[in-house]
Amino acid sequence: MNESRKRDEGSPDAYQVVGKSERKLDALALAAGRAAFTDDQAFPHLLHAKLLWSPHAHARIRRIDAQKARELPGVACVLTHEDVPRVLHTTAGQGFPEPSPYDTPMLDHKVRYVGDRVAAVCAESRAVAERALKLIEVEYEPLPAVFDLREADAPGAPVIHDEPDCRAVIPVPYEPARNIAAKVDMRVGDLDAGFAQSELVVDHEVETHYGQHTPIEPHITICYLDDYGRLVIRTSTQVPFHVRRIVAQSTGHPLNQIRVIKPRIGGGFGAKQEVLEDIVAMLCLRTGRPVKLEYTRAEEFVSTRTRHPAVIRVKAGFAKDGTMQALHMRARTNTGAYGSHALTVVCNCGAKTLPLYRCPNIGFDADSVYTNLPVAGAYRGYGGTQAAFALEVVMDDAAAKLGLDPIELRRKLHIQAGEGSPVFRALGEGKEGVEQKIGSCKLPDCLNRGAAAIGWTEKRAAPRASGRYRRGVGMAALMQGSSIPEIDMGAASLKMNEDGSFNLLCGATDLGTGSDTVLAQIAAEALGTSLDKILVYSSDTDLTPFDVGAYASSTTYLSGQAVRDTAFRVRDQILEVAARALGVPPAEVTLAGGVARAAGKQVSYSQIALRALYEQDQFQIGAIGSAISHVSPPPFAAHFAEVEVDMRTGRTTVLSYVAAVDCGTAINPKLAEGQIEGAVMNGIGYALTEEMCFNAEGRCLNASFRHYRIPGPRDLPDLRTILVPTHEPTGPYGAKSVSEICINGPLPVLSNAIFHAAGVRMIRSPFTAERVWRALKAAE
Amino acid sequence: MRIALTINSELRELEVAPGETLLDALRGAGYTGVKRGCEAGTCGSCVVLLDGTPSFSCLLFAAACEGRKVTTIEALGAPNRPHVIMSAFAEEAGVQCGYCVPGMVLTTHALLEQNASPSEEEVRGALDGHLCRCTGYVKQVRAILKAAERLAEERAAGKESSR
Repeated sequence: MNESRKRDEGSPDAYQVVGKSERKLDALALAAGRAAFTDDQAFPHLLHAKLLWSPHAHARIRRIDAQKARELPGVACVLTHEDVPRVLHTTAGQGFPEPSPYDTPMLDHKVRYVGDRVAAVCAESRAVAERALKLIEVEYEPLPAVFDLREADAPGAPVIHDEPDCRAVIPVPYEPARNIAAKVDMRVGDLDAGFAQSELVVDHEVETHYGQHTPIEPHITICYLDDYGRLVIRTSTQVPFHVRRIVAQSTGHPLNQIRVIKPRIGGGFGAKQEVLEDIVAMLCLRTGRPVKLEYTRAEEFVSTRTRHPAVIRVKAGFAKDGTMQALHMRARTNTGAYGSHALTVVCNCGAKTLPLYRCPNIGFDADSVYTNLPVAGAYRGYGGTQAAFALEVVMDDAAAKLGLDPIELRRKLHIQAGEGSPVFRALGEGKEGVEQKIGSCKLPDCLNRGAAAIGWTEKRAAPRASGRYRRGVGMAALMQGSSIPEIDMGAASLKMNEDGSFNLLCGATDLGTGSDTVLAQIAAEALGTSLDKILVYSSDTDLTPFDVGAYASSTTYLSGQAVRDTAFRVRDQILEVAARALGVPPAEVTLAGGVARAAGKQVSYSQIALRALYEQDQFQIGAIGSAISHVSPPPFAAHFAEVEVDMRTGRTTVLSYVAAVDCGTAINPKLAEGQIEGAVMNGIGYALTEEMCFNAEGRCLNASFRHYRIPGPRDLPDLRTILVPTHEPTGPYGAKSVSEICINGPLPVLSNAIFHAAGVRMIRSPFTAERVWRALKAAE
Repeated sequence: MRIALTINSELRELEVAPGETLLDALRGAGYTGVKRGCEAGTCGSCVVLLDGTPSFSCLLFAAACEGRKVTTIEALGAPNRPHVIMSAFAEEAGVQCGYCVPGMVLTTHALLEQNASPSEEEVRGALDGHLCRCTGYVKQVRAILKAAERLAEERAAGKESSR
């Protein structure tokens, strides 16, 4: 960063808007039920769409006949694979060209999991559409299926993508004939020598399970033709610009004839980084009428996206003093029936964990396999969740065997400000990564303050209880990233109005996180005005500049840079107009509180805008700007928990949980805390109760909130969040990311706490009462 | 069929289909603050007050609500004249995506009518049946406790001034 930019940013103590817990701009309208979600706008003559889902895990469609469905009164359109173009694409809403393979057509002559698309109907009512689905005659030729990720690439395993045209579109290994959707490896130093000279080697293989994001608003899309015949896609998405590009690709409709609008969205967590809108667009284009597709809760579970289950083995070698000599991770993820995010999630297993500890010899071998189960995709944590589990239980065991406190071992080994890691360069997202040095890291403070808050020293030293209920404490250290370096891009535009207010238009997508508010705070700070003067409008492909969307922990960090830089350019224009108005050189003018001052005189932003718009040297004060990042500064966190294990039933209760987080400057501390609390609770649910279960035919048995238990208000432990401020030199006003990192904590923290409490090592998630009970029985 | 019921203190006649849920009937009549999350009475985003009691509108037949009093979020306040509970949710950052919040605000309203100063435990108990995936509930529980305090202060001030 250059010097003037640093000066423009000022010092953290002097921030007027940044660092304040301003009320989320849309909060009152949301609380009052007025802010409009996708389905809250009425469309006359709306058609209701329903999809026919595969009852088979793997089958070829021998014959499909929709005649009777088409003849049903009230049915407007039925689409089968015979009626639509077959364009293989990826549903992963990622940058272009995508690192995920092109293996998905809109509809196909083959189905690859129970819940795969077979056909689509739209009709005058949902009831008629549902009746029509039953009238579609499908003759399936069932094929052998594979469900276990360990067996997916075995010789003779059923080939899930046997179509000749599926392919990777970037130069990466892709072997569909062996069900290998992605593969990556990396070596630093000499792994064998590192292990040979290690005095202690700790080795664990963990296994994680299918989980679903469960946004409370299920996926929903309304497509309509506007007055000019252009296709408008009003949709609950994290990635409006990728929706536009991928729907154009899948339907063949010209991109310039598509507009995507994201209204308020009821949560995403990665599930809505997936582009499933193409079929609705096609129904709309065929009928010329507005069409709505709203997933049921059961469909949301099975037919949207899930978290990649994984088997991850971590082997670490240490010298007696705790120095790490060698670190090897072997990761395999199950991408389900399609390869959405297969490569990038498995890359992130290594990329978001291995740099955390200093080690000269590192190995990473990873792949992702197809199975005949629901499709995995992006889910908050994105591989970091699965891999942190493996690494942090290894660290816990290593500390015990070295006779060190677990905190002490992390303190000794973790990466620090000014240091780099060879992993940053070696592992990117579908290509080589980017070298970087850590610009800010207050993990030591996170460890100290978190330990004090949980009462670590006393609780750790207390002898293990002997009764039925046993308490223990565990911890883990974590890192993530902030945006995908040299891939992600964000942009914004700003223009000034007569009253000194500004329209901020940004492509960034607020999915409930509060990013509209955070970006407005950054704009207000940079412009020297108050938050109420910033009018935000975001995520509309016709009106706002491009942004990759809400994923990869990029919005505050990267879109925030775009907003800040755009605001600085607008500020320069304000300075010039103010200088002319005040009759002084621009360098003498200072801006604050919506007023420009120089030489004892002042002029308000409103006067400046009026001058520029109506009076002299007329022009629109405004700018458009964009940002990419050459680094992805990790936020860091230390998590702690105290649990109580019922030795008779195996039931584990989280008594208290502490998350101490270094996310750089928290632009809005309350919203940052909210990200941490939400992520931790989601992580606790994933670690203890949430698990999609399948029968022998690959059918999900618990696609409902009654049977897939996410945490409710009564499951809330004593949850404490500690923000440990740092100043990230590359981030806007020192900010890094905060949204994902904390979902990675609960798996290792609770495994480590259960071990401390009950002496059993949980390596298979979730840690249900049954699994803990079985582990206790096995240990007896 | 036509049914008559009171929605937000207004007598309304609605044309509903047999089997139509109260959720669909309300949304169809423009009360879009009522949200659909599961249609199984498990997430709470469709909660309305039926004769003052929080009820899952996705589990009720509209036709069964003939003659009943329904209160939706629209009755409680608006962004420019928010109810104290709405303001507390907004100020305490209890609103992230906000999809679950209208239902929670209504449940809170019913709770505070019954119990003006609930304990944290009682708040969590009352919220049982509402799911939120964004917030982890921490700030929502705090918002409700704050709303209770504010309402108590308002009542105290009201008594003061009426003396």
